[in-house]
Amino acid sequence: MIEVLRRFGRTGLRFFERLGRGNIFFLHVLAGVPALVLRPTLVIAQTWSVGVRSLIITVVSGTFVGMVLGLQGYNTLVDFGAEESLGVVVALSLVRELGPVVSALLFAGRAGSALTAEIGLMKATEQLDGMEMMAVDPLRRVVAPRFMAGVISMPLLAAMFSAVGVLGGYFVGVGLLGVDEGAFWSQMQSKVDVYEDILNGVIKSLVFGVVVTWIAVFEGYDTVPTSEGVSAATTRTVVHSSLAVLGLDFVLTALMFN
Amino acid sequence: MTRPKPLVAVKDLNFRRGDRLIFDGVDIEIQRGKITAIMGPSGTGKTTLLKLIAGQLRPDAGFVSVDGLEVHSLSREQLFLLRRRMGMLFQSGALLTDLDVFENVAFPVREHTDLTESMIRNLVLMKLEAVGLRGASHLYPRELSGGMARRVALARAIALDPMMVMYDEPFSGQDPISMGVLVQLIHRLNDALNLTSIIVSHDVPETASIADYIYVLSEGKVVGEGTPEELGRSRSEWVMQFMHGLADGPVPFHYPAPEFFDDLMAEPLR
Repeated sequence: MIEVLRRFGRTGLRFFERLGRGNIFFLHVLAGVPALVLRPTLVIAQTWSVGVRSLIITVVSGTFVGMVLGLQGYNTLVDFGAEESLGVVVALSLVRELGPVVSALLFAGRAGSALTAEIGLMKATEQLDGMEMMAVDPLRRVVAPRFMAGVISMPLLAAMFSAVGVLGGYFVGVGLLGVDEGAFWSQMQSKVDVYEDILNGVIKSLVFGVVVTWIAVFEGYDTVPTSEGVSAATTRTVVHSSLAVLGLDFVLTALMFN
Repeated sequence: MTRPKPLVAVKDLNFRRGDRLIFDGVDIEIQRGKITAIMGPSGTGKTTLLKLIAGQLRPDAGFVSVDGLEVHSLSREQLFLLRRRMGMLFQSGALLTDLDVFENVAFPVREHTDLTESMIRNLVLMKLEAVGLRGASHLYPRELSGGMARRVALARAIALDPMMVMYDEPFSGQDPISMGVLVQLIHRLNDALNLTSIIVSHDVPETASIADYIYVLSEGKVVGEGTPEELGRSRSEWVMQFMHGLADGPVPFHYPAPEFFDDLMAEPLR
């Protein structure tokens, strides 16, 4: 009994210790962000590998999600004779929910895991130690540009996801199932609000971008510097950031669309 | 005889990792312009000692001073300023894998100076020439052999003309030719650039051939010190076992175990 309690306490302590370290790490990284203004090339290079290289998976998934939405939405709406509203259903589901959430999950799997593995391997091969010995702060030189790149990329990827998703829904709804084209677009135009829907979606994806990238770079930086350590950290990145995205999505939705 | 003021002074150093005492009152002095070797069996914390000198780790007691500055009382900015004057050669080379050889050597120069591109180019080529790898400047670290990687790392370590270079196991895992090259290089660079070198190693003949002074560490203490000749004549059992590579001595051949006979007769536990 005592042993169970003790183990519980130890796990709890470890959890909070790590949480604290993660927060201190976050503050250090933030402190390194302003200096990046002087060296934009660092951020641009990382935005390429974090953002642009996640584009294909995002666009392909977005198209299919939009097509499925078109199909499912039509089947439901047609029972009520409301299939002209398909455009609204597709657009709102994408902009408010699926765009930010699904693209963040994809981002965690594609870019987050890559960030953790890259930084973790740099630690395991003493590259980060080597930088410190050359009086270069790896938090500023390695972590901060990657963090910034993630935060910049995420909302753009989510926007891309929603945009191609709407096109996918249009293709299925209007192209294949015969929904009236004018109704599809005009209802969408009148019912989707710039602030209420689109801006809130962008805020969501910004928050997800911060959280996913933070988890990814922290797991990489905090990894046990061995090959097992790096692979475990990569797995943790995907699991933790996916859970964080889904949990935060509920909180943000409750705050925004109440 | 009074000695000149050392560049690095380690006084009464204590350091523990978890429950294990790594250093227990270690005193070491590194003289300017000399090659000083820290030797000892694997696992005696030789690398840890370099990290303590560079301020990457904090001692539990005692102090380390480099060029008159107490390393562990410096602020992070002051420590980074001091480190610009120290070079360190990691065992793995620790080259940045996403940069080619040229950019690896240029890295500290780009980070710490505002030199023009043509000056950086000249500087980097000079350093690469010094280690004999100017022709390899376009290669990536994955294309280098272990010995070449260490030479590139050495060129990078001296890129900013430091006052001292610390070598972490520079000879381990090298074939005889690259070992010879590295021995030569360390010796030549130390004299040509007026460096102070600290070599951490357990390769006795190579290290003894270029070191001016050697400290032998074991189980957290300095068990012997002196010039290579003095240590070769030493009567201390520790030093003799280490310098001559004897299988048994104060460092036992057997890991601590119960009596062999009892162990054979005992019931299997699982």
